[in-house]
Amino acid sequence: MSAASGKLIKGATGDWETVIGLEVHAQVTSNSKLFSGASTEFGGEPNSHVSLVDAAMPGMLPVINEECVRQAVRTGLGLNAKINLRSVFDRKNYFYPDSPQGYQISQYLSPVVGEGEVMLELDGGRTATVGIERLHLEQDAGKLLHDRSPSLTCVDLNRCGVALMEIVSKPDIRDAEQAKAYVTKLRSILRYLGTCDGDMEKGSLRADVNVSVRRAGATELGTRCEIKNMNSISFIGDAIEHEARRQIEIIEDGGTIDQETRLYDPGKGETRSMRSKEEAHDYRYFPDPDLLPLEFSEAFVAGIKAGLPELPDQKKARFIAEFGLSPYDASVLVAERESADFYETVLAGLADKARDGKLAANWVINELFGRLNKEGRDITGSPVSSEQLSAIVDLIGEGTISGKIAKDLFEIVWTEGGDPRALVETRGMKQVTDLGAIEKVVDEIIAANPDKVAQARARPQLAGWFVGQVMKSSGGKANPQTVNDLLKSKLGI
Amino acid sequence: MTRLTSLTLAEARDGLANKSFTSLELTDAHLGAIEAARALNAFVMETPDQARAMARAVDARIAKGEGGPLAGIPLGIKDLFATKDVRTTACSKILGNFVPPYESTITSQLWRDGAVMLGKLNNDEFAMGSSNETSCFGPVVNPWRREGSNTTLVPGGSSGGSASAVAALLCMGATATDTGGSIRQPAAFTGTVGMKPTYGRCSRWGIVAFASSLDQAGPIARTVRDSAILMRSMAGHDPKDTTSVDRVVPDYEAAIGKSVKGMKIGIPNEYRLDGMPQEIEKLWSEGAAWLKAAGAELVDISLPHTKYALPAYYIVAPAEASSNLARYDGVRYGLRVPGRSIGEQYENTRAEGFGPEVRRRVMIGTYVLSAGYYDAYYLRAQKVRTLIKRDFEECFARGVNAILTPATPSAAFGIGEKGADPVEMYLNDIFTVTVNMAGLPGIAVPAGKDTQGLPLGLQLIGRPFDEETLFSLGEVIEQAAGRFTPARWW
Repeated sequence: MSAASGKLIKGATGDWETVIGLEVHAQVTSNSKLFSGASTEFGGEPNSHVSLVDAAMPGMLPVINEECVRQAVRTGLGLNAKINLRSVFDRKNYFYPDSPQGYQISQYLSPVVGEGEVMLELDGGRTATVGIERLHLEQDAGKLLHDRSPSLTCVDLNRCGVALMEIVSKPDIRDAEQAKAYVTKLRSILRYLGTCDGDMEKGSLRADVNVSVRRAGATELGTRCEIKNMNSISFIGDAIEHEARRQIEIIEDGGTIDQETRLYDPGKGETRSMRSKEEAHDYRYFPDPDLLPLEFSEAFVAGIKAGLPELPDQKKARFIAEFGLSPYDASVLVAERESADFYETVLAGLADKARDGKLAANWVINELFGRLNKEGRDITGSPVSSEQLSAIVDLIGEGTISGKIAKDLFEIVWTEGGDPRALVETRGMKQVTDLGAIEKVVDEIIAANPDKVAQARARPQLAGWFVGQVMKSSGGKANPQTVNDLLKSKLGI
Repeated sequence: MTRLTSLTLAEARDGLANKSFTSLELTDAHLGAIEAARALNAFVMETPDQARAMARAVDARIAKGEGGPLAGIPLGIKDLFATKDVRTTACSKILGNFVPPYESTITSQLWRDGAVMLGKLNNDEFAMGSSNETSCFGPVVNPWRREGSNTTLVPGGSSGGSASAVAALLCMGATATDTGGSIRQPAAFTGTVGMKPTYGRCSRWGIVAFASSLDQAGPIARTVRDSAILMRSMAGHDPKDTTSVDRVVPDYEAAIGKSVKGMKIGIPNEYRLDGMPQEIEKLWSEGAAWLKAAGAELVDISLPHTKYALPAYYIVAPAEASSNLARYDGVRYGLRVPGRSIGEQYENTRAEGFGPEVRRRVMIGTYVLSAGYYDAYYLRAQKVRTLIKRDFEECFARGVNAILTPATPSAAFGIGEKGADPVEMYLNDIFTVTVNMAGLPGIAVPAGKDTQGLPLGLQLIGRPFDEETLFSLGEVIEQAAGRFTPARWW
């Protein structure tokens, strides 16, 4: 699989390519932890969701949570990845107070999910494929609280033992835009699958970003640095740009890159060293003797596969095929599960979705999303419901109101609420298609403006003035097509 | 009440059932014996109030005809087993005064079946040792002495407290654990019966872990029958331990007295060590002769990878231990020795909390797992383990029902005699570690005495989950050799 080319960075001595790989830690959506029955609820009192196993009391043993395994398999299938019917849990040994066992249970040599891929859509309709190296299950750590005591550090073990999926990409990403698109797409897939809520603010999704640079056209990989614990997509982009420039400057000044772990400081817009390769831990991985290898059958995987929801790529293809949406519009709708769900509910409420599906997409994207964006709201807080939007689209589609009137109607529904069909009736917003009524207006205007008639006959493009006048005097309710046809025949143009 | 303490568990069970005496009387008799035997240092925690309360409660149950299979039987519990509200230390300073808010699966099964807890028994620190000299509570003394000598001897380890207490008639039976011989070797040193069941037969939940892939709990008892009775209550599947196996627990006692006629007993050539004492050789042939006389057939077998077992064991066990003991960090429970940084707190706590043998094994384990050494040590040791397992499988596939070996290369030695060279101490496990490496059941049964009057044991190794055959064969040896009880000097 070859990576899509990315934006090159201009250095003092030439162009440079950035090579990026990501390790995304996604917290598994499950009621209880990976190896204990304790709750995974976010934000409880410190140490209120801690079992004897989580606190690593003497003699406690881990027991695998089957739901977390299902979620990992589900995710693997969503990433078109190889599912390993046999995988092994290993211990990653290190001392830190957020890790009560003194080791993290993870998967090292035999992960539950192997190679897969994610399709990216980039600006200008370009696409790129990013390879997935592996996905494995592991325990999350607890949290250190430094603000509870002037002299002591406190430990909150609530998060300790919660299941994480570590999703490792291949170094297929070539610039910051692709990296952001990758995380966005991955998060979208996880949300569609319901395997991770993707909430980066709560830390449900975090990424370690590996960055190296090489001269444009080079094939050897440069020495990489790992930027740890990124919890915002825009910071990931910024951090990559800064880190790539830092590395280019060093190399161009005749220096070499030290392989190290770095942290990004969004305030200062720079990365700084956290620990060097020499300081790196020796994790002394070995198979956890408390756990048997994780084994399941083809049938187990098939059962999960049968229950998978439609994923964004499939949904997009269907929207294009069924409703003739542009690839761009389809992408906008499927980017978030909530948006796609909203659009699909609007579709379900339409009288004729084959006829008006595309129109509905325009309304969801341009009017509704446009308005929501402007007011900084998201789809879950929309004042216009899917039923209301379906009704508006129906009214346009069946020719009861014009697109222009529909915008007024949308405004009323947005601010005052109400049933669009009833509003059209009570407020007299119906489009006039009665030929006689429109003809009367046309005749009046032609009679009152003989000079304009002469001008229009000489230069037919000036007929637009008459259209405007007719529409104005009908309060916008005249059917524009009828008006046009009538004017053309009356003016003889 | 001496009479009551000298009963076997089976006899006491029958006496309780036909109301010849009460559990409280039986318990009091043992509590008295414990008090009189403090010189042995077998118990690190006596729980007389709890014992009497449990005995009274079970007496009430017996009166209503509701007693379980162990109703009213007073037992000692190795300090490696977590006992709810009763201090549990694994005999390490690092656990300090740790009182677990939970009960191990095995002990809760014993209490479910009506047993009474007398207290917690001494052991080597974190079960690391073969003489019970590494305990932070000091060494346990073997109730046996060499004829005409006052030298105090070790009871073996790591379940030295269990073995000593059972041999000295302080409890009717005891829980123990075995990672490389910690049930069978002390049983052999004290003239008691020690059963290490198949890996997965008993739950490890609530037992302080030493080496998870090798640790297995089992009983130390006065007779083979007593051992079978205890096994039935200790064994069973536990959803909290995914390495425990979901198989029906048989009535082990029913195996006692079953004919061993036609059974094939393997005699492994590789267990004949250079320089092995004559009396061990003699004991072994005697044992074989008894089994033959009972109708079993003796076959010479080869277990070619035996010689690699001990070195491989001393890689695998410390590797797992180094990781298992990482949780003792002074952060959440047990000893904490503060420092200026978290790193210093770890160092101070662990340096002060762990004794020298534990520190040695943590360091060996850390070393063999570290980058660059993992393949040469840990991975290779695991391969050896597979080969050892295969050796046994091939013998069993050829129809061998059980394998007879000596339990230990010598009788009990003096306290302080083998402290200097750790490898000399490790050699104690030479006949027992293979069984743990292969996950098989093994039983040590007293079979005779050495020239100085100290008990010696034989080991029988069985097929996976065939503890019953070991009980049947063990009882044949017991019948032939008789029981061994030390003369009271304490």
